[in-house]
Formats: sequence, C-alpha cells, structure tokens
Amino acid sequence: MEIWRLPISASQRGKLISAGYTSLSSLSSISSSDLARELNVSESEAMNILKVASHSRGSETSNASCSIVEGAQSAWDMLHDEESLMHITTSSADLDNILGGGIHCKEVTEIGGVPGIGKTQLGIQIAVNVQIPNDFGGLGGNSIYIDTEGSFMVERAFQIAEACIEDMSEYNRFLRKDFQECKIKMQPQDILENIFYFRICSYTEQIALINYLDKFLSEHKDVKVIVVDSVTFHFRQDFDDMALRTRVLSGMALKLMNLAKRFSLAVVLLNQVTTKHTEASFQLALALGDSWSHTCTNRIVLYWNGNERYAYIDKSPSLRSA
Amino acid sequence: MELLDVGLTEVRSALLQISEIVAPPYQTALSLMEQRFQNEHLGGHFPTGLKGLDAALCGGIPFGVLTELVGPAGIGKTQFCLKLSLLASLPTNYGGLDGRVIYIDVESKFSSRRLLEIGLRSFPEIFQMKEMAQEMAGRILVLRPTSLAEFTQSLEQIKVSLLQNQVKMLVIDSMAALVSGEHEQGARRQQTLSWHISFIKSLAEFSRIPVVVTNQVRSRNHDDASRYCFQVQSRDGAIETPMQYDSHLVAALGIQWAHAVTTRLVLEAKSGERFIKVAKSPISPPLAFPFHITSSGISLLSDDGKEVMGPEINAIHYQGHNEIINFGMEGLH
Repeated sequence: MEIWRLPISASQRGKLISAGYTSLSSLSSISSSDLARELNVSESEAMNILKVASHSRGSETSNASCSIVEGAQSAWDMLHDEESLMHITTSSADLDNILGGGIHCKEVTEIGGVPGIGKTQLGIQIAVNVQIPNDFGGLGGNSIYIDTEGSFMVERAFQIAEACIEDMSEYNRFLRKDFQECKIKMQPQDILENIFYFRICSYTEQIALINYLDKFLSEHKDVKVIVVDSVTFHFRQDFDDMALRTRVLSGMALKLMNLAKRFSLAVVLLNQVTTKHTEASFQLALALGDSWSHTCTNRIVLYWNGNERYAYIDKSPSLRSA
Repeated sequence: MELLDVGLTEVRSALLQISEIVAPPYQTALSLMEQRFQNEHLGGHFPTGLKGLDAALCGGIPFGVLTELVGPAGIGKTQFCLKLSLLASLPTNYGGLDGRVIYIDVESKFSSRRLLEIGLRSFPEIFQMKEMAQEMAGRILVLRPTSLAEFTQSLEQIKVSLLQNQVKMLVIDSMAALVSGEHEQGARRQQTLSWHISFIKSLAEFSRIPVVVTNQVRSRNHDDASRYCFQVQSRDGAIETPMQYDSHLVAALGIQWAHAVTTRLVLEAKSGERFIKVAKSPISPPLAFPFHITSSGISLLSDDGKEVMGPEINAIHYQGHNEIINFGMEGLH
C-alpha cells in the first residue's frame, strides 16, 4: 500500500513523501526516533505515523489466505445470511406478498406517492408492527421515527397501536384456543414508548442526526427499523447548489445503508413526488432526482387507480415489478 | 481532512461530537402524547364547533401544523376563517383559545361587521355586552400586505412577537393570491414559495399554534401530471378518460404545496349543496360533510360524514352553485 493512502494529515504525508518514503515497506524498518529526526516532527507524531502504517499493512496480509479481496464474503455465505433475515410485515397481505414477506432488514426501502395517499400512515404502521413480539412472527424491536414534516400525529399512532394489539389477541384466540390462554400483556402505551421520535427542522439537523444515529444505535440495540418521513422535505426548499445537494444526499444514503447492514435493521424512507418532463408530457416521478433513485435498494410507489390505492414495486434486486 | 490538517480519526470524532450536539433530542411517542395532553388545550386540537368535523379530526384543527382550506370562489372559505378567528379569541370556557389571532387578509375580504354579526348570533351572552365584544374583536389583528415582499417582512415580525404577545392562531387568507401576484414563473416561483412554506411551518411548529391557510382553485391544464410513467404504458383509455374530465378544477399552488400542508379541507358545491371534505389528514378517514352558511357562521347540516372513496376526495366540484345564489335571493324577498 502506498503512503498516500494512509489516513494521516496532509502535512505529515507531504513530509513523508518529500523525505523519500513512498511505500509502506520503507517505513517498516525504521525506528520512530529516526523518523522524527528525518521528518522534523515530534517523536509522538512519528510513532503515530508508524502505528497507522503497521496497522494498515497488517490487516492486508493477514487475510491473504482466506480471501482474495479483503472484506468480501462468498456468495454462499450471503445466501445463508439472507435466509435468516427477518421481515417486517406491513399489515397488508398483498403488499407483503409483493415485497417477499415484508420490509427486509439490512436494506433501504423507499416509499413514495402523491400527498394524501397514506405514506405517513404506512410509516407509522411499520413503526408499530416492528414491535410485534417474536411469538407472533414479528421482530419484537423498537423503532426510530424521524419526522421532518410534522405529520406524525400521536393520536393516530395510538389508534394503530390499539388495532395492532387487537389483531394480535384475535390471532391468539384463533390459533391457540386449544392450548393455554396466553394473554397479551402489551398495552398501547408500551408500544408508544418504544417509538423514538425525532423532529428535524432543517437539513443540517437531518445530516447531524444521521451521523449521531451510529452512537444512538450502539446504545439502543433493540432498534430494528428507522422510518424517515420524509427524506426530501428539507432538501426541496431553497437549496441553491444542486451539486452540493446531490453529494449530501448520496452521503446520507450511504450512511443509512451502512447502518442498516451493521445493525441489521430496516430503513424505510418516505418520499414526495414532483413533476418530470419526459416524452413531451409531464409525468409524476419521485422527488430528489435521478441520482437519488440509484441509492435505495427497493422502491415502492403508491398511487391511485380508480377508487383504490395501489402499490407498485419499482425497483428491487430480488422481486419482480408488481 | 485536507482542510483542517488533522488525522482521519480526529476528523471523525469531531464530526461525531458536532453531530451529537446538533442533532435534536429524542422523545418517545408516549412521552409526546402525555406532554401534549397535559400542556395543551384539549390535547393539541382546536375545536371548530362543527361537531362532525371535530370528531373526524380527533378534536379539531391540530396545533403546530398547517391546515389548508381550498375551494372555489364564494363557497365560504372566508366565512369559515372568520368563524375560526372568533372562536380563538374567546375565553377557554366557551371553547376558545383565549388569545390573539393574526389574520393576514390579502384580498381585503375581512369584514368586521360580519365578524360581529357572527359573534352576536353564536354567543349572544358575550357579544351583547359592548366591552366584551370590543375586547374579543380587539384580539383579532388584521394585516393587509399588498405584495409578497411585504408579506415576507411581516412574517419575520410575526415570528418575533409570537411568543411575547400571546398569539394563539394564524390565519392566512389567501395564500394563492399572494403568490399569483408575482411575475416569476415556473421554477423560480416554486423556490420563493418553498422558502415561505418552510418558514410558516417552522413558525407553526415551534409555537404550537394552529395555522389555517386558504387556497384558490384553478382549472386543470392538459399539462397537469396525474400519472406515473408505468401507468402510462397501459394504454386502456376507457378507464382514464372519464376520470380526467370529472372535475376541471384543481387546487392552486402546485404539488409541492400539497405535500407541505398536513391537513387539507376541500370545500365544494355539488348539485346545489355545499360540502366540506377532509381530503388529506393523518388522523381521519376521507369524509364529506354537507354544510351551509348561516348568520352565525357555518354549520353542518349533518354530523355524520359521508365516506368518500378514492381520489374523489381530492376532486373539486363547482356545480349547481348558481342555484344556491338564486335561492338565497329568493329567500330575501
């Protein structure tokens, strides 16, 4: 590995290169005091540089025997992982069917639609459903609800929680009436207590929160879903520099995907629509542009067809459009 | 990393610390609910006095979010706003918010005489006493901006005085009139509007007051998008055409505005009757209530809403309105 890839500050790198050290192997045989003298830096800084260099070199050679490229997993192992993944039900059998069982964990799902079609409702429903305990086929986890528009109504969440508990007790009665009477000990208040609600008022807060989530998630390991409603709101208002917007958004998306994979939770993003001019006519498309549409793993569009609401799977690595 | 001349780990930890400080604190949904019920009037909703509507909206107009009234001209939006402002100025034992109301009147439709008439008919015990009537009316502050720039200025002032002067409600009548007066078109208009949208929303949010905004309608262009690209591919025109020409009116201000409001109440006239429909709301099902305008404001003809299916809830009809006017004229003779 070359020197320029080491994670040290630019001035230190510059000094190393000007002193003639261009590859790691040349650093391996020198002591820290010699390095300090040659580079004209303090001894602790030199020790730091050597430590960083040996660390990156060590990780490169150790796995040489078991994998050709570091960090890759064989496809077979991944299949095994995927089968053991849990899904979060959306409480709609058809939607679950086309999603392949529900919202997948470890993936980012984007749901978009016109105003008033039920995106926030679906988001609240998912935040409640993830708390269904394991006995009933759920994940039994907590949820984080990030609200950018202020459309999270607590009363509605309460209603949904009550209905969820009713469903569970009916299911209980239906299946287990022969066996012992398992009472549902959950109350709607408990469900509400497990939803962590963040209210974001600007896009800097949004970025900061996603950075902070890393720490938050390591403290609260039970969280199994993050719902962001909606991810576009702050980015559509007076954002002059489009290039900056794209960069910020893709950075955010990468971080979210990272979080999803590391803590094996599901990320659900709710998106708005905008009009797009294609083929000499205006059509509806999800907001934030084409580059954003590449960043999410799954995409569901909710729309009106006749008198009913329909869902359309626009993009998914494993499922057909439906 | 290049800018600050420090190592990667330091940059990362700095980023983390900054993010931690900037990120807003969390609340569990349960504590949110408890907080709302304890601190706010009636759990965060402002009852409108129309029983069916209040029941549908879980108590009334919600605090802290935008509620939009959209409908064709002459259907009763300003009447509704007048009634709401009156209600808000009343003391709490009469169902009001006991505070001031800022009424932003763009089209000069505010009639204080009508306001007092509504007050006299609905709450005679208060309004017959002249001092009380004066006090109640004195709580409603009317602003008349003549341009968008003036409106922007007054918004900034409003933000400052919101917490100090006990303002409990903001009514903007009408938003569309403000924006339509501007000369810019297309994308630039969207940009100026979007600044106002986020500003008003943040105003509503941090002061937890109900904000009611009125909107106009315009006729639907052929350019209006109503379908996604995957829908266009299925070319069976039989289903699409009747729906397309069902209503020629759509709400003004575009789809970005439609996303930004939390609750949308559509007022329309259909076959001689007027309806108020809950078109978009996180808490209630799509319901339509028939109403009529009386000397005491607006009253519902029936408290049970009729459930409206599908996108019909968003459609705005304007049929049979002339009959209403003629009927009114006959009644006067």
